Amino acid sequence: MVLSVIALVSALGVVLSKNPVTSVLCLIVTFFTIAGHYIMLNAQFLAVVHIIVYAGAIMVLFLYVMMLMNLNAELEPQKRNWLKYAGAISGGALLVVLVAALRDASMPALSTQATEIGLIQNLGQLLFKQYVVPFEVSSILFLSAMVGAVVIGKKD
Amino acid sequence: MTLLSIDWFFIIEKVLLISVVLVLSLVVAMYSTWGERKVAAWIQDRLGPNRAGPMGLLQPLADGGKLFFKEEIIPTNSSRFLFILGPSIAMMVACMTSAVIPWGDSLVIAGRTISLQIADVNIGILFIFGVVSMGVYGIMIGGWASNNKFSLLASIRAASQIISYELPMGLALIALLMLTGSLSLKDIVEQQRHGLWNVVYQPLGFFIFLVCAFAECNRAPFDLPEAENELNGGYHLEYSSMKLGFFLFAEYINMFISSALISTMYFGGYAFPYMDKLGLDGNLLTILGFLALFIKTLGFIFFFMWVRWTVPRFRYDQLMRLGWKIMIPLALANMLITGALILARQH
Repeated sequence: MVLSVIALVSALGVVLSKNPVTSVLCLIVTFFTIAGHYIMLNAQFLAVVHIIVYAGAIMVLFLYVMMLMNLNAELEPQKRNWLKYAGAISGGALLVVLVAALRDASMPALSTQATEIGLIQNLGQLLFKQYVVPFEVSSILFLSAMVGAVVIGKKD
Repeated sequence: MTLLSIDWFFIIEKVLLISVVLVLSLVVAMYSTWGERKVAAWIQDRLGPNRAGPMGLLQPLADGGKLFFKEEIIPTNSSRFLFILGPSIAMMVACMTSAVIPWGDSLVIAGRTISLQIADVNIGILFIFGVVSMGVYGIMIGGWASNNKFSLLASIRAASQIISYELPMGLALIALLMLTGSLSLKDIVEQQRHGLWNVVYQPLGFFIFLVCAFAECNRAPFDLPEAENELNGGYHLEYSSMKLGFFLFAEYINMFISSALISTMYFGGYAFPYMDKLGLDGNLLTILGFLALFIKTLGFIFFFMWVRWTVPRFRYDQLMRLGWKIMIPLALANMLITGALILARQH
């Protein structure tokens, strides 16, 4: 409960804060609270990997770029009016679609105890036995993304 | 009455254990500063601190007192909150890792078995890895909030260095995990207690881990983020008084924790040779085991200092080349060889 409140507040902070660096820091807090939710669902492995990958690696790079660009509110170019309208309309459309999709979804209450699926041993067995093909396909996808990034980076 | 059913002894025991471990790491970090100067003096054929107390033993206290009483300066154009947050994160993260290290086997006091490990989670190594990856935030936030170009440059160096060296560190750990089949540090130590130490099976992995530990702690020869002759002092340039002290202190705590971690994972932790053949009482054995771990840890701390005063600092491109073009391929090869050997032994 407390965790969810912190998650929501910091998520709002990401959107509302004027300073991009503060936004990124709020996002990091959000990731931590999400990891906390994972732990409460007894998915320790997922929680730690979430912290290592998102908070530990990706957000560091985000912060890195933000600090280098040194953006702030005064330097930000004034957005045109039609851009604001377009943003509002597309955001509203997304909201409508999400509400329509979630209205019929049934959400069985998750039991917070006795699910052993998030523990690393069971997760590994599952990944390498039942879901081995999708797992390998997704890793090839990552590899191609990496090669693509290198190719784009080499151009200049 | 759910309140009464809580195991109060358990909570007291854990609180006590946490405080002891915390105080221990702080004291060791404090005396590491003294040790560092003594080692430097010994290597450079000097005397080192010898004025405050016998053999200069009170020097860390004098330094601490000096840091506390210095004037605190917060730069006008910095963001105040983040400026204070930086060293706080650095210090907190440095203290957090000690939670999953098994400092010894269990003690039996008045019929209760007390494990000398704060939390035996089954993802121990991953927890450490996650906390270590948080450590860079302290430096980054502190460096950026100082609103100083040198600090910013230093924090960017630190970020890219730590991210680069996390990869070979993780790969070296994967090889170790394939061998032990467990992420819990307690299990890893118990396996080494009944078999050979992991360094025998994983010499290359140990070497890679050691080098990466140096880089993650920002220790020489990888102390580029605080290269004073290029950066006027590094990411803590604008810091004064105890906030500077926290940054410096966090480095020594990190050094202590990584030494303890290296001894736990590769050098048998609290296990020592012929441990189970001595026929000693359980409690005595636990205490001896703790002392063994402590001696190993101090040995590694000495090694850290020895390297610092022996090897000159790398240039930044050399650092990156070492990380990406030498360490990662080595770690990958180590992982493949380990996997192939394990497979060959199974058939």
